[in-house]
Amino acid sequence: MLQLIIKRLLVAVPVLIVVASLTFFLVRLAPGGPFDSEKAVSPQVLKNLNEVYNLNAPLYEQYFDYMANALTGDFGPSFRYPGRSVSEMILTGLPVTFELAFYAILFATFLGLIAGIVAAVKKNTVLDYIPMAIAMLGICMPTFLLGPLLVLIFGLNLEIMPVSGWDTLPGDKVLPAITLGAAYAAYIARLSRGGMLETLNQDYVRTARAKGLSEFKVVMVHAIRGGLIPVLAFLGPAIAGLIGGSFVVETIFQIPGLGRFYVEAAFNRDYTMILGTTIFFSALIIFFNLLSDIAVAIFNPQARS
Amino acid sequence: MEQKSQSLWSDAFDRLKKNKLAVISGFILIALIVLAIFAPWIAPHSYSYQNLELGAVGPSSTYWLGTDTLGRDQFSRILYGARVSLLVGFVATAVALVIGVSWGIVAGFFGGKIDSTMMRIVDILYGLPFIIFIVLLMVIFGRNIWLLFLAIGAVEWLTMARIVRGQVLTLKNQEFVLAAQAMGVRNLYLFFRHILPNILGTIAVYATLTIPQVMLLEAFLSFLGLGVQPPMSSWGTLIRYGVESMEEYPWMLIFPGLIFTITLFCLNFFGDGLRDAIDPRSSD
Amino acid sequence: MKNLPILAVLFLISCGKSVSPVDSGLENQVFHFGNGSEPQGLDPHVVTGVPEHHLLTSLCEGLVITNPKGGPNLPGVAESWSVSDDGLVYTFNLHPNAKWSNGEDVTADDFVWSWMRILTPALGSQYPDMLYYVKNAAAYHTEEINDFSMVGVKAADAKTLVVTLEQPYSFFIKLLSHYSTYAVPKDTVLAHGTIDDRNGEWTRPGNFVCNGPMQLKSWELNKKIVVEKNPFYWDAEKVQLNEMHFYPVSNESTEDRMFRAGQLHVTNVVPQEKCPVYMRENNPNLRIDPYVGTYFYRINTQNPVLKDKRVRKALAMSINRKQIVENVSQCGQKAAYSFTPPGISGYEPDTSIPFSPEEAKELLSDAGFANGEGFPKLEILFNTQEGHRKIALAVQQMWQQYLGIEVELVNTDWKVYLSREMIGDFQISRAGWIGDYEDPNTFLDLMRPNRGNNKTGWDNFEYDALIELANAQQDVDKRYEILNEAEQLLIDEMPIIPIYTYVRQYQLSSDVQGWDPNPTDTHHPKFVFLQR
Repeated sequence: MLQLIIKRLLVAVPVLIVVASLTFFLVRLAPGGPFDSEKAVSPQVLKNLNEVYNLNAPLYEQYFDYMANALTGDFGPSFRYPGRSVSEMILTGLPVTFELAFYAILFATFLGLIAGIVAAVKKNTVLDYIPMAIAMLGICMPTFLLGPLLVLIFGLNLEIMPVSGWDTLPGDKVLPAITLGAAYAAYIARLSRGGMLETLNQDYVRTARAKGLSEFKVVMVHAIRGGLIPVLAFLGPAIAGLIGGSFVVETIFQIPGLGRFYVEAAFNRDYTMILGTTIFFSALIIFFNLLSDIAVAIFNPQARS
Repeated sequence: MEQKSQSLWSDAFDRLKKNKLAVISGFILIALIVLAIFAPWIAPHSYSYQNLELGAVGPSSTYWLGTDTLGRDQFSRILYGARVSLLVGFVATAVALVIGVSWGIVAGFFGGKIDSTMMRIVDILYGLPFIIFIVLLMVIFGRNIWLLFLAIGAVEWLTMARIVRGQVLTLKNQEFVLAAQAMGVRNLYLFFRHILPNILGTIAVYATLTIPQVMLLEAFLSFLGLGVQPPMSSWGTLIRYGVESMEEYPWMLIFPGLIFTITLFCLNFFGDGLRDAIDPRSSD
Repeated sequence: MKNLPILAVLFLISCGKSVSPVDSGLENQVFHFGNGSEPQGLDPHVVTGVPEHHLLTSLCEGLVITNPKGGPNLPGVAESWSVSDDGLVYTFNLHPNAKWSNGEDVTADDFVWSWMRILTPALGSQYPDMLYYVKNAAAYHTEEINDFSMVGVKAADAKTLVVTLEQPYSFFIKLLSHYSTYAVPKDTVLAHGTIDDRNGEWTRPGNFVCNGPMQLKSWELNKKIVVEKNPFYWDAEKVQLNEMHFYPVSNESTEDRMFRAGQLHVTNVVPQEKCPVYMRENNPNLRIDPYVGTYFYRINTQNPVLKDKRVRKALAMSINRKQIVENVSQCGQKAAYSFTPPGISGYEPDTSIPFSPEEAKELLSDAGFANGEGFPKLEILFNTQEGHRKIALAVQQMWQQYLGIEVELVNTDWKVYLSREMIGDFQISRAGWIGDYEDPNTFLDLMRPNRGNNKTGWDNFEYDALIELANAQQDVDKRYEILNEAEQLLIDEMPIIPIYTYVRQYQLSSDVQGWDPNPTDTHHPKFVFLQR
């Protein structure tokens, strides 16, 4: 176990360096700079601005400066928001995105597991077909379709849910969490059903049944491992997907999270912000993949890589 | 050896035929592909001609599925949208396939150091926030359809590589392969004759299951305004416009949304069916 | 287990229905403002956008303020002012009670120091040219001179500011309601950084001090900015609002939904698809106000084909503007036949661009491209946005239909579009210009030679001379005559093709009173209040 963790962390460092470097040069190659605006900037002013942000130095010099600072956690000032540092902005947006992702995963796991287990146990009956069909719908429907639909129905027509915002009106976290979590609930349902089906046919389960244990116990205590493992393995990549999904949900529901910051930074050519968030997201993905692998290893000693 | 391969395929085919859902999905998909290919001949109107005075009207005998806010015929746009979405789906998946399958085969076949290095690279790449890069690439370099294919394909090949490598490894250690090696059969021959036919099935399954992922990714990019370049509009673009107008002109959303979902449904069911048919032990 | 779904539903229902912000705002005089996007910052010498304009209008005040009913500016920090006979010297008497939000007096010296700040090159302000009309200001900013005491702004005493201009610009007072001319509290700024430090922390909540009807209470990034009544504002008695909440909602549909759910008193825009619908159903919350802006196409006059003004005029005359505003933009915009929007400060441009495909064809033929033969494919560049695309599509169709010209549409993201325009890498490019103040000069000045915002390569010295002449003219009517001549020259040469005059379209709750439409869309909080 410790070996696994150390190995992973060692790999993480070069990955982050690659990510940072790639992004750095990619962004700099792009046409259009951070200070281009509709009201033309005189060459004088542009020179001054570039001076303030050290953009007049040769590229490799800027690169090394940036990397050196990044190692100490200093991602520099935001180009677009004078007076604000990138770390500050990340720290503001991050807890929000985290919370959103957390509720989404909570919802997804809860709903998905229940649906998957029930479907597996009641295989080939109505209780199998319907949840699985709905699950398929969840996978096939884009978030930017589901979100507005939910808002239309629950927010504007029935008026029982707030239309947007985060932490401003009571209940405004429900619809975003559901919208973001829906697709994952679907995947989890299918995965757990599959895992459960495999396990339910295993010898040790049949033995448990033969021993006279209640069906409930058989399912929830013995077979459930089989259902959980694929789900745990899925959680790592799920986080990666959540980050993408959060852009959309945060835009639809006006949520001040990191995803929205990132998309805006890309459009505004806020170099430092783009770099900071990319490195950060990368670190997050690595971390959660690691957690997920650890969880799998705990639950299934056989599956070591 | 010959006999084994043949009966494997016909067995699988039989199983597939029995899965009604998969069969229906298959037919729907074929119909869609045909419609998409022949769109220029089938479409009753131009997909780009705007009839500004008309604006958005509901379904009628001239405009079977209504028009959008610029007076463009929805039916024709959906047909042409099929071309774009399916094209993106197939081509990007093909890109992912080519990269992923070759990678997996090389890693699995040669094993040892080559394998661990190649898979280490895959592990590293798994840690990259690809969505972030794609968004960045699209913002910076513009909405070039080739870039789109490449970018999306580059995201999806990793899973393909892992699965194919796993399959190749399993096969390599199976009896018939060891026997062939013992008989002195050359590597290349071994590969094409024995291993490849047996992984084709897996490849087909995951390819079919990757296509809907790709289409969703493209739709996501369209929502952010980074997808396919107009006047080419994919289903993702149509859905985006539909969402904006869904209260005033619901048909702009319902029809593209419906057909998009149905296509994805069919792809998923067909892919599932294929997987069940080829390896009945994998139960979902 | 079985009760779970029912409990869940009940829980959800109870969470939802509560008093809407608009309703509760009525009682507490709290105004909820949809502000479009997250403001860059609060430093009036550094920021450049419209969301910032809304914030700064509430937090700070310039020498004068925009008259909500239109017309000449009203006194702001300056209680009164006088102009010398030759129109070059302005003397401003600052209000005796004008104070900063920390209780300190606003003095003339604050203005002198502030104008020095914005003209300090190292600060990198993007609006220094607003003050270029002041004597030697441009020279100081471009570092031709280094002594600020040579610049024409002085504090005669603590409450008297004397400004000397380069020319007797009769529109100078109109400039002074723009935030780039505001004063900033010298002591506060210097306590948190140097005069030219654009990343200084003086604008943070807790540090920020300014002299407007409101003061900064809190700023939650990307979520909400809250300002509250400033007790030290010289006219505080008139201010009825207690708080204003600014929401950076960038997604139009989301903003629309928020308004309909009672979460906002005013929105920033109306979604494109909804505007014609709201207009049709006479939605009482819909507001379409005239705005000081023009939507136009820039022509790269350095292009070998577009060099010929007959070609340019042919292009302009084959655009059916009426159809565009009625069927494409569909939100009450007005077709534009001049560059300056008509009616600004009483200025009526006497120009016309007839929609005449026949004449256009002839012109094109004269230029050597009968029926579009031999005419190279023309490219229209615009930044990715549905509205721009729709118009470009319409124009493409019109040029193809009436002139036989093939047109390609190229859209890029905002920054790329800007950089391409700047370096002249375009043939035709979509553009929009919003005036900074209510005077035709803010438009006509744009097209002078060597202006950074010209971008068309059209350097006409006759035009330049006319504008120069107009600037020296103190009599308003005579000045407008000269400007009209310039405008006619502009339209005759057609380096830009005007398409329509902007409007400000937004939704306003019926609870809002004292909100008068005006061309610069400035709504000073002391005139606004909530009442049902």
